[in-house]
Amino acid sequence: MLGGLFIYNHKGEVLISRVYRDDIGRNAVDAFRVNVIHARQQVRSPVTNIARTSFFHIKRANIWVAAVTKQNVNASQVFEFLLKMLEVMSSYFGKISEENVKNNFVLIYELLDEILDFGYPQNTDTGVLKTFITQQGIKTASKEEQSQITSQVTGQIGWRREGIKYRRNELFLDVIEYVNLLMSPQGQVLSAHVAGKVVMKSYLSGMPECKFGINDKIVMDAKMDVAGSSDESQRSGKTSIAIDDCQFHQCVKLSKFETEHSISFVPPDGEFELMRYRTTKDISLPFRVIPLVREVGRTKMEVKVVIKSNFKPSLLAQKIEVRIPTPLNTSGVQLICMKGKAKYKASENAIVWKIKRMGGMKESQISAEIELLQTDTKKKWTRPPISMNFEVPFAPSGFKVRYLKVFESKLNYSDHDVIKWVRYIGRSGLYETRC
Amino acid sequence: MTDSKYFTTTKKGEIFELKSELNSDKKEKKKEAVKKVIASMTVGKDVSALFPDVVNCMQTDNLELKKLVYLYLMNYAKSQPDMAIMAVNTFVKDCEDPNPLIRALAVRTMGCIRVDKITEYLCEPLRKCLKDEDPYVRKTAAICVAKLHDINASMVEDQGFLDQLKELLSDSNPMVVANAVASLTEINEASSSGQPLMELNAATMNKLLTALNECTEWGQVFILDALSQYSPKDEREAQSICERITPRLAHANAAVVLSAVKCLMKFMELMVSDSEFVKNLTKKLAPPLVTLLSSEPEVQYVALRNINLIVQKRPDLLKHEMKVFFVKYNDPIYVKLEKLDIMIRLASEANIVQVLSELKEYATEVDVDFVRKAVRAIGRCAIKVETSAERCVSTLLDLIQTKVNYVVQEAIVVIKDIFRKYPNKYESIISTLCENLDTLDEPEARASMIWIIGEYAERIDNADELLESFLEGFHDENTQVQLQLLTAIVKLFLKRPTDTQELVQQVLSLATQDSDNPDLRDRGFIYWRLLSTDPGAAKEVVLAEKPLIAEETDLIEPTLLDELICHIASLASVYHKPPSAFVEGRTGLRRALPKSSGGSDNDSAGDQQQQQQQPTVIPNQDSLIPDLLNMDINAPPVVPTAQSAFSGGTLDLLGGGLDSLLGGSGAEVGSSPAPGIPPVAPSSTAGLLGDIFGITSSSAPVYSPPKQIWLPANRGKGMEITGTFSRKNGVISMDLTLHNKAMQPITGFAIQLNKNSFGITPAAPLNVPAPLAPNQSIDVSLILSTSGPVQRMDPLTNLQVAIKNSVDVFYFATVMPMHIFFCEDGAMDKRVFLSTWKDIPSQNEVQFNIENINMNADGLSTTDGISNKLQSSNIFTIAKRNVEGQDMLYQSIKLTNGIWVLTELKVQPGNTTIVHDSVNLTASFKCKQNASAFDDLSLKSRATDVAQGIFEAFDGILHF
Repeated sequence: MLGGLFIYNHKGEVLISRVYRDDIGRNAVDAFRVNVIHARQQVRSPVTNIARTSFFHIKRANIWVAAVTKQNVNASQVFEFLLKMLEVMSSYFGKISEENVKNNFVLIYELLDEILDFGYPQNTDTGVLKTFITQQGIKTASKEEQSQITSQVTGQIGWRREGIKYRRNELFLDVIEYVNLLMSPQGQVLSAHVAGKVVMKSYLSGMPECKFGINDKIVMDAKMDVAGSSDESQRSGKTSIAIDDCQFHQCVKLSKFETEHSISFVPPDGEFELMRYRTTKDISLPFRVIPLVREVGRTKMEVKVVIKSNFKPSLLAQKIEVRIPTPLNTSGVQLICMKGKAKYKASENAIVWKIKRMGGMKESQISAEIELLQTDTKKKWTRPPISMNFEVPFAPSGFKVRYLKVFESKLNYSDHDVIKWVRYIGRSGLYETRC
Repeated sequence: MTDSKYFTTTKKGEIFELKSELNSDKKEKKKEAVKKVIASMTVGKDVSALFPDVVNCMQTDNLELKKLVYLYLMNYAKSQPDMAIMAVNTFVKDCEDPNPLIRALAVRTMGCIRVDKITEYLCEPLRKCLKDEDPYVRKTAAICVAKLHDINASMVEDQGFLDQLKELLSDSNPMVVANAVASLTEINEASSSGQPLMELNAATMNKLLTALNECTEWGQVFILDALSQYSPKDEREAQSICERITPRLAHANAAVVLSAVKCLMKFMELMVSDSEFVKNLTKKLAPPLVTLLSSEPEVQYVALRNINLIVQKRPDLLKHEMKVFFVKYNDPIYVKLEKLDIMIRLASEANIVQVLSELKEYATEVDVDFVRKAVRAIGRCAIKVETSAERCVSTLLDLIQTKVNYVVQEAIVVIKDIFRKYPNKYESIISTLCENLDTLDEPEARASMIWIIGEYAERIDNADELLESFLEGFHDENTQVQLQLLTAIVKLFLKRPTDTQELVQQVLSLATQDSDNPDLRDRGFIYWRLLSTDPGAAKEVVLAEKPLIAEETDLIEPTLLDELICHIASLASVYHKPPSAFVEGRTGLRRALPKSSGGSDNDSAGDQQQQQQQPTVIPNQDSLIPDLLNMDINAPPVVPTAQSAFSGGTLDLLGGGLDSLLGGSGAEVGSSPAPGIPPVAPSSTAGLLGDIFGITSSSAPVYSPPKQIWLPANRGKGMEITGTFSRKNGVISMDLTLHNKAMQPITGFAIQLNKNSFGITPAAPLNVPAPLAPNQSIDVSLILSTSGPVQRMDPLTNLQVAIKNSVDVFYFATVMPMHIFFCEDGAMDKRVFLSTWKDIPSQNEVQFNIENINMNADGLSTTDGISNKLQSSNIFTIAKRNVEGQDMLYQSIKLTNGIWVLTELKVQPGNTTIVHDSVNLTASFKCKQNASAFDDLSLKSRATDVAQGIFEAFDGILHF
C-alpha cells in the first residue's frame, strides 16, 4: 500500500512528511515538488508516475496533499482516503490551510499514525477518533474507558458509542438536492440529473435501530408485492420516483437493502450523511433560462436573458444568481434589469445578476449592451454557458420521506416519543444554459 | 498556543539549545523541545545528533510525548542502530502495558523500526499481541506481521507468524479479519515462490464474506481485493459469491464500489454469457458506475479510466448512459479528456446525433489538447458509425472554416482517415482542404495532406504544383512528411506520366542521393527500380487497392485488457499498463481472467496458442500418473476413456518437468539440444555395419533411431527399459530392450499406451517369453497399429506408456519419431503436388536447416543418394530441379492419419571434391566429420504442427 504521505504548501515546502515504507526515500519529496508543483506545464492528471514511483495528489486551496507508492495499489482507495483524511483534519481544526496545518502538525502526525498503519487505512471515523485523539492528549482514562475506546475503534458498530442519553429524543432530516442541467440555446435539455443526499442529525438515546422509508419505485413495488394491491399502496405508488442509484452511509445494512429493499441502520450520534441518490427521470426544473445574444458589429454585443420560474406560485425561491459570461475584451457594459441587482464584474469576466426572492410562475429579464475593444487576435471568443444558482424549498426530483421509525428496545421510549423534523431543499448544481 | 512557531527557529546554536531543553526537568519544556525536533525533521533538517537525548524522553506517562518520541525513533533508528537498542526495553515494557492503546502503539512502532537487533526483540511481543484479548491490539499486530515480513521474510515463516495470521482470518472482530487479509495479501505478493499463502477455500470465503458486511469501508476494500483473486470452482459458486458482493455496489465509498465491480467483472467470466443471471448483474453494474461520476474529480478520474476498460470488455453495459459522459464546463481537464474517450467508445447509430453536436461544441473550447481530441473524436465517429460519416465530414468542414490553426490541422489528419475508410466519396471537399495548405506546420497534418493530394492526384489539377511547393524544403521536413511526399509524387507520376517526369526524378534523387535516412533511401531505390524496369508492375504496387481501416481504433489488446480487468481500481487500471510495467521487482503472478466453462471458440484458440508456445517439452512425469492410473493394465488394447488432457501437466511444464526428465532418463537426453528430440546417433558399430550394407546393396537400410533409456533401473525398481520405434514394410513396431538389474526374476509383463495424437495402440499383447532372470536382458518387438483412440498430445508425438510386471506398474513418457507414421503410398502425382503446393498458404510453410550432413558417408554423395535414402523411409521424391547450381528436391509424405506433407529440399553442396571419391569413403567417415552441407527444408502442410516432428525425422534419417 502507500509508502508515504506528504503535505506541501503552494511553494512546495514540506509541511508534513510521513514515510511508512523503506522504498520511499527523501528524494521522493523533492521529485514531487520538482515534477508536479513546480512543473512548467500544468499537470494533467492527479496520478503521476516519476521514475517508477507513483504520486497521487489532491490540491485544495493552497495545499498539496500527495500520497506516494511504488506498488500497484488500489487507486480509488488512495483518493478516497486522502479525501477522508482532509475531512477528518478539517473537523479537528477547520479549514485546511498552511497556517492551520503548521499550527496542528503534532496532531496531524498523531492522526496519521492512527488512521494509516504501514500504508493501510484504518478507522477514519471522525467521531471515534475524537474520543481518543485530542489536542490535549489523552486524559488518564479508567480501564473501562480504555477498553470502550478500543472496542469502538474496531467494533461492529464503530460509529456509535454506548450509553448515549438525551432528555429529549429528537431527529432532523434534511433532504438536499442538487439539480444539474445542461440546456442548449434552443431550450432543449441536453442532460439533467438530480444528485440528492439525506443528511440526518440524530439526538437519540441508547442504540436505536432506525427504519427509513422513501417513495422509491423499487421499494414501493416491493412493498406492493408483499402487501398485495391494497388501495393505499396504489395511491402512494403514483407519486413514487425512479431512483437510478443510491449509496448509503456505512451504518446502513446493505445486504438487507439488497434483499428486502428496506433501509435500516443504527445511526451515529449527531450529524451524518445517511444516503446519496441520483435521479434522471421526471425532474421538475425550477428555472428556465432563455438567452438571446446578438453581435452588433465588431465592437458591440447585445445580450438579453429571460428567466422563468417554474413551480407552485405559493413557494419562494431564494438566493437566485445568474452569471452571464462576457468576452475577454469587454470595455464597458450597460445593464437594465427588471428585478434584483446586476453588476458587471470585470475580474470575473461576467455579469452577475442577483435576485433575493422570486415566487413561482414568474418571469424576469435582464438586457445588457456590451462594448468591446477592437482586437487583432483572430481567436474567437468561445461563449461559456450561462450558469445559475438558486435555492428552492422542495425536492425537484419528487423525493419524499415516507417514514422514519425508531426502535430502542432497551430504553423505554417509543417511536412516538421521538420528535422528528423533515426539510426539503433544492439547490442548483451545475445549472447551465449554452448561449 | 500554536505549533507553527516550531517551524521558524533557524538559529545557529539550535541543536545545542535543543539538547539542553530536552534534558530539562520540566515536562512541559521537554515536550516543547521534542516538538521542535519533529518540526526540524519534517522540513528536512538533520537532527539525528539528538538521538540519545530524545530517547531519554521515552520513559513517560504522557502519551502525546511518547508518540512524538516514537515518531522520531522511526525516522532515525536506522542511522543510529546501536543507540536504538536503548529503546528496546521501553518497547518491550510498553507491550505489556495494561492500556491497550499503549500496547498497540508499541507494537506498531516497533514494526516500523527497521533495525535487525530490534527486530529480534519484536518476535515475542508480537506473538503475544497477535493473541491479545483486545481487538485493537490484534488488528495492529496483524499489520505488524506484514511489516516484519518486509524486513525479514524468513523470520516470519520460521516463527510461525503466518499460521497465527491465518488464524486471525477467523477472528470474531471484522476489523482484525480485514487487516489480516491485507497483511496476507501483501505477503503473498511479495513471496518469491508465487505460491499462495492464503488458500481461499470455501470456508475462508464464507468468513470473509461475513466480515465484509461488518467491517469498515477500508476493510471492505481489502477483503474485496483479496476475494477478486479467488477462483470459484464452478458457475454456481461464482454466482453465490456475486450475490453476496452485489450489495456493496450501494456503498458510499467509491473504492468499495470499484473493488466490488472488479470481483463481479471477473466472476462473470465464469458464467454463461447470455444467462439471466449475467444479464441482471450487468443491469446492476451500470448505475453505480454512473454515480461515481458525481464524486470528487480525482475519484472521477480513476473511475473514468476504469469505465474505459469496462466498456471495452462489455460494450453493452453503459450503452444507454451516453449523456452522463457529456463534458461539463468546469470539469478539470483530465476528467474532460477521459470523458471524451468514453463518449467515442459508446458512440453508436442511436446516439450519434447528440454526440456530434456535443463534440462540435467542445471543438470551440479553449484548451488546445481537449479541442484536438474533440476534433479527432469527430473523425473517429465518422469511421465508426457509417451513417454519420456525411454529417461528420460537414462538421469537420465547418471547423476548418474557423481557420483556427490547430483545429484545421487536426481536422485534416482525421479527414485522411475518413478517405481511407470511404474511398471515392467525399473528394468534393479536397479543394477546401487545399486552401489551407499554407497554414499546416505540423508534420502529421502535412503528411496527411500530401497523402490526400497523392491519392487523388488525378482529380486535382494543380497537384504537381502543390507537391512541388513542398519539395522545396524537402530536407527540412520531418521523415514522415518526406516519405509521404516521395510516395505521393510517384503516385502522381504513375497517374500523369507525361508532365511530371521531371518532378519524379527530382524527388528520387533527393531521396536516394541527398538523404541519409535509410528508410527514405530504401523506399526511393525501390520506386526507382520499379519505375525503370516495369512501370506496369509499379502501377500495380504503388496504386494497389488499400485495405479498409478498422472501425475501432485505440482498443486495448485483448489479453492486456483481460489482465487489466483483473486489476480494476488499482494503479494498473489507471495507467492502462500491467503492474510489471511500473512496479519494481516483485510483481507477483500475472493475473488472467478465468476461462468460461462453456468453452467458446475463442477459448480453445487461446488454449492452442498456449500449447504451441511450449512445443517440445515433455510434461512432468508425475503429472502423467493420475492420467495413466485410469487405464486398466490387464485389459485388452482398447484403452478406456481417460479423462481430460493433462491440463495439470501443461501448467507447470517448466517447473519440475524438465528436471525430472533430465534426472530420470539419464545423460543421453541431457546431452541432446532439446529434450524430446531423439539424440543423434553416435557412430556405433551397428551404424557402421549398416552403412556398409547400404553401399553394397543399392537400397538404403531402414532408418530407426537408436534406442534410448525410457525407464532407468532406479525408477523401474530394477527393470531398465530402453527402446525405439521403427517402421518396416508398413508395420510400426516398438522395439524394447528389457534389462533386469534387480536381484530376483521378473515376470508377468503387460503394456498399455495412453491415448495419443496418432491413435497408436498395441496390435498384440506384449509377449515376453520367459521370466526375466536377474542381470539378463531381452529384446521385444511390439507391433503397433494406428487404430486406437486419438487425443492431441503436446508435443504431438508424445506417448505415455505404462508397463506392468510382477514387481509394480511403471509409467513413463516417450517421444515417437515422426517417420514411423510415413505411409508407403505417400507418393503424390506431380501435377497434384504442384497444385497442392500452390494451394497451401505460405504461412503454413515452415523452414528448417539440417546441418553437417556427412556427404561422403552414407551414399549421400549425390542428390539421388539422398532421395534413395529418404525413400526407404517413405519420403518420396516427386521432382528434382537445379537452380543456380543448387539441387532442389520436391518430396511428398503421407502420414497415417491422412495428413499430407510436401517438402522442398535444397541441397547446397559442401566440399564437392571428395564427394565423388568413393575410394576414400570409409576413410573419410571419420576424418571428414566437418564436411558440411546446409539443407533448406521447407515444409508445406495443412497441419503445421507436425513440422517439428517431420524436421526431426529428416534430420535423423539424413544423419543416419
